[in-house]
Amino acid sequence: MDDHPTVLQELRERFGAGAVSVQPTRDGVPTLWVSKELAPDVLRHLKAGVARPYRMLYDLTAIDERMRANRDGQPPSDFTVVYHLLSFDRNDDVRVKVALRGDSPSLRTITDVWPAADWYEREVFDMFGVRFEGHPRLRRILMPPTWVGHPLRKDHPARATEMGPFQLPDAKQDVEQEALQFRPEEWGMRRRSETADFLFLNLGPQHPGTHGVLRLILQLDGEEIVDMVPDIGYHHRGAEKMGERQTWHTYIPYTDRIDYLAGVMNNLPYVMAVEQLGGIDAPARAQTIRVMLCEIFRICSHLVWYGTFAQDIGALSPVFFMFNDRERALQIIECICGARMHPNWFRIGGVAQDLPRGWDKLVRDFLAYMPKRLVEYDRIVMKNRLFQARTRGVGAYTLDEAIEWGVTGPGLRACGFEWDFRKKRPYSGYDQFEFDIPTATHGDCYDRALVRIEEIRQSLRIIEQCVNHMPEGDYKSRHPLATPPLKERTMRDIETLITHFLGVSWGPVIPPGEGFAGIEAPKGNNGYYLVSDGSTWSYRTRIRTPSFPHLQMAPLICRGALIADVLAVLGSIDFVLADVDR
Amino acid sequence: MQEFVHFLQHDVLARISPPLGALPDQIVLLGAILVGAAPIVAFMAVIAMAWTYGERRIAGFIQARYGPNRVGPEGVLQPLADGIKLLAKEDIAPAGADRPLYELAPLLVFVGALLPFVALPFSEKWVISSMAAGVFYVLAFEAIEVIGIIMAGWAPNSKWSLYGGMRLAAQMVAYEIPMGLCLLTVVALAGTLNLGQICQMQGGAFGVGNWMVWPWVSPFATLAFFMFFVGGLAATKRAPFDLPEAESELVAGFHTEYSGIRFAFFFMAEYAAMYVVCAVATVCFLGGWHGPFREWLAPAAGAPTISDLLGKAVQVKTADGAWFVWANLWGALSVLGKWAFWKPMLYELLGAFYLIAKSFFLLFVMVWMRWTLPRIRIDQVIYMCLKVLLPFSLLCVLGAAAQTVFTDWNLLHWLLSAGK
Repeated sequence: MDDHPTVLQELRERFGAGAVSVQPTRDGVPTLWVSKELAPDVLRHLKAGVARPYRMLYDLTAIDERMRANRDGQPPSDFTVVYHLLSFDRNDDVRVKVALRGDSPSLRTITDVWPAADWYEREVFDMFGVRFEGHPRLRRILMPPTWVGHPLRKDHPARATEMGPFQLPDAKQDVEQEALQFRPEEWGMRRRSETADFLFLNLGPQHPGTHGVLRLILQLDGEEIVDMVPDIGYHHRGAEKMGERQTWHTYIPYTDRIDYLAGVMNNLPYVMAVEQLGGIDAPARAQTIRVMLCEIFRICSHLVWYGTFAQDIGALSPVFFMFNDRERALQIIECICGARMHPNWFRIGGVAQDLPRGWDKLVRDFLAYMPKRLVEYDRIVMKNRLFQARTRGVGAYTLDEAIEWGVTGPGLRACGFEWDFRKKRPYSGYDQFEFDIPTATHGDCYDRALVRIEEIRQSLRIIEQCVNHMPEGDYKSRHPLATPPLKERTMRDIETLITHFLGVSWGPVIPPGEGFAGIEAPKGNNGYYLVSDGSTWSYRTRIRTPSFPHLQMAPLICRGALIADVLAVLGSIDFVLADVDR
Repeated sequence: MQEFVHFLQHDVLARISPPLGALPDQIVLLGAILVGAAPIVAFMAVIAMAWTYGERRIAGFIQARYGPNRVGPEGVLQPLADGIKLLAKEDIAPAGADRPLYELAPLLVFVGALLPFVALPFSEKWVISSMAAGVFYVLAFEAIEVIGIIMAGWAPNSKWSLYGGMRLAAQMVAYEIPMGLCLLTVVALAGTLNLGQICQMQGGAFGVGNWMVWPWVSPFATLAFFMFFVGGLAATKRAPFDLPEAESELVAGFHTEYSGIRFAFFFMAEYAAMYVVCAVATVCFLGGWHGPFREWLAPAAGAPTISDLLGKAVQVKTADGAWFVWANLWGALSVLGKWAFWKPMLYELLGAFYLIAKSFFLLFVMVWMRWTLPRIRIDQVIYMCLKVLLPFSLLCVLGAAAQTVFTDWNLLHWLLSAGK
């Protein structure tokens, strides 16, 4: 690589040779174990102490290690808290693991290092029961406050059928209703200041402007936002827990539903992570098909965002035009995949089927049609003076704030930072394509919109290259773990038949290890961190979604604004609640 | 008033049937008011229904979809179906609502939207009351709506309604001022507050040459027209000023908690208020009932009017009641065969057509804008009013006043000599 010292050397230099141990992983991300006492200091050092620092807390999660068989060379642990940091200067990640023992583990919070750790630590507390000492408001975040148990612990049932019948006796109903009572203090808000009594407004969970079941508690002084607290979890479906009970292959449809606007784009990081664990390489044709479908879905997702954003600002018509165009894009998806929103099309080692006859005509028609529409949309939306008055200078954050809060994707690029995982860490053959990374300068609602719209144009460019240079060859790897295995030789020799039978009935057995794959999804960086215990299913499936940190940041940019601005900000962030709650 | 009641008692009711003539004064008056109000309410309801349908079809056209097209031919009966649906809906009120206010609010809004029709001309002679202070009256009763909407915002005990109501109060009260000033510009130029007289003087060449809105009549009125229209959008809470019911922010604003027929009242009032604003703009700026070819039908001096003709026709008098009505009806019908009747009738009808067509065009522009423009923010709404419209409308009033003075030598001379 280069002559810089590795992160391991840097940490050993600072904290002593014995303080850090290394664990090999399939993804090549340096994975370092440190003690729970040292962890916050190590993280602080990585953020601020080292040259070319790790400035972004990319992910924070945990693993319940108590049932795991293959832990060779790892320190003994019941619960492992995993910090995933990202350095833009190095274009590299580091994973810091902390071993915790016992049934009610705890460690020091890092909310004072990264404010973005707030929600992540609450999620780990909610899901694993790991207490973070010094956390300002360690409450459940995804599960209701009355929930008993911590769902991602291995001893927590995964299915309703394992839980006994649901009953709601009066006493329980009273408790539930009491828990629904709104007390501003519990949300960290004061009822009044010296000069004013505040008005609390529940925006959601059922509200036309929140794009899904999101509850925002607004603390208002007149129309001005004093504070805003998002209450999430209404769309939580335990996607990560399901990963631990579905086979590697049958989990793919669940990924479709994470960011439900991005369709197959969700399949990609998952199958890439599984392929990484299994050592499978997807053939060039499969990779190009994946890229093409992903970019079509990027356009779909951005079109939905475009229309609904305009609607949030009060323009009622654009959303119909954008949905019409999305319809055209989805028709291509339907012709290729057979489904529209949730095509469930990528497979471990490739895609489900080869492209149908005549697909290129459809795509070429769309490529010819779309650019003209974008010009028209510029006229009716982006160049509209009222629209500009509503979005320019509203909801702005600086690049430093964006990095501090874990913002990726268009939101980061709108601050003027040219960072796109497709360019910086090319996957699935993106290095073969010519495209630009659109950026803007102010980081406000308008600039985030500009970046996304330019991304639609760049996606069209990529799709055009896919059509013109679609490689011939297999659409699925011939690797034995590729699922479902290719069938053409099954009727000729018994070994292939047996492999096929097992691959279809049990699913593939992925060798033990840990892997991570992240992609540039429409909303930001979407990543899957998979732990395999050498079984037909994942031991731990961690889904790092972009909407989660992005929504966490919304209050920061809404304070001091007006109610109408909140909707503009929410629209410009472009989150999907399923992507937040998983 | 007393005279009118006596006329009804003796000359109409008693002739139809003697016992009717013995009804007490109050009942007769009330009946007369109801009978008189019915056409206005009907007209208002028809306008509201036509425009709910029109708006949805236009919205459909703009948004590349159909809009309602199933009930009746091309969906024209949709508003009726909606009306029946709204009537049949359960009447729901939120638990913490202030019931009297909650129930009064839609009525007050409805009445506020209805009353301006009294002074609003439909054609040259077709006006219910050609009152001297017509402009003032219309503005005053448009403002009654605000009270109803503040009540609607407060009464249901809902924060969404409250925000909608407060936004609307701020907005409407603010925009009353520039709107009033814009009309004052016209009043200054016309020298009268009577809507009919203001309209009458705007004929000119070919029925279009002398409209207030034309810059050659007065550039200040041209500017005032556009500002009045913008103010009208704000006063009728239409996009881009639809903050009081901003869907993406306030769910439905002040009428969030209203359903069924109460909601229908708000809805009708909204469209009626839109029509009033557009009709006032038409009368004051766009020449009202004036239009091309109408002068051809103008009655010659001394020609009998419609009421003269009718008066002659219903002179048939019989002693006993029952036949009286039928005989007069026959007399009235016989008038229908005469060109002398149809000429002034067409003259009025064409005037009504021009007035309503122009108003509808403005309404169409309102609808068009709603489905095109985004919504502005409350601070921008107030900024727009206080820092843009208000100074410019003041300028218009001053300009119009100066124009009046400097183009009228007698007045100028009087003013200059007044100090001596």
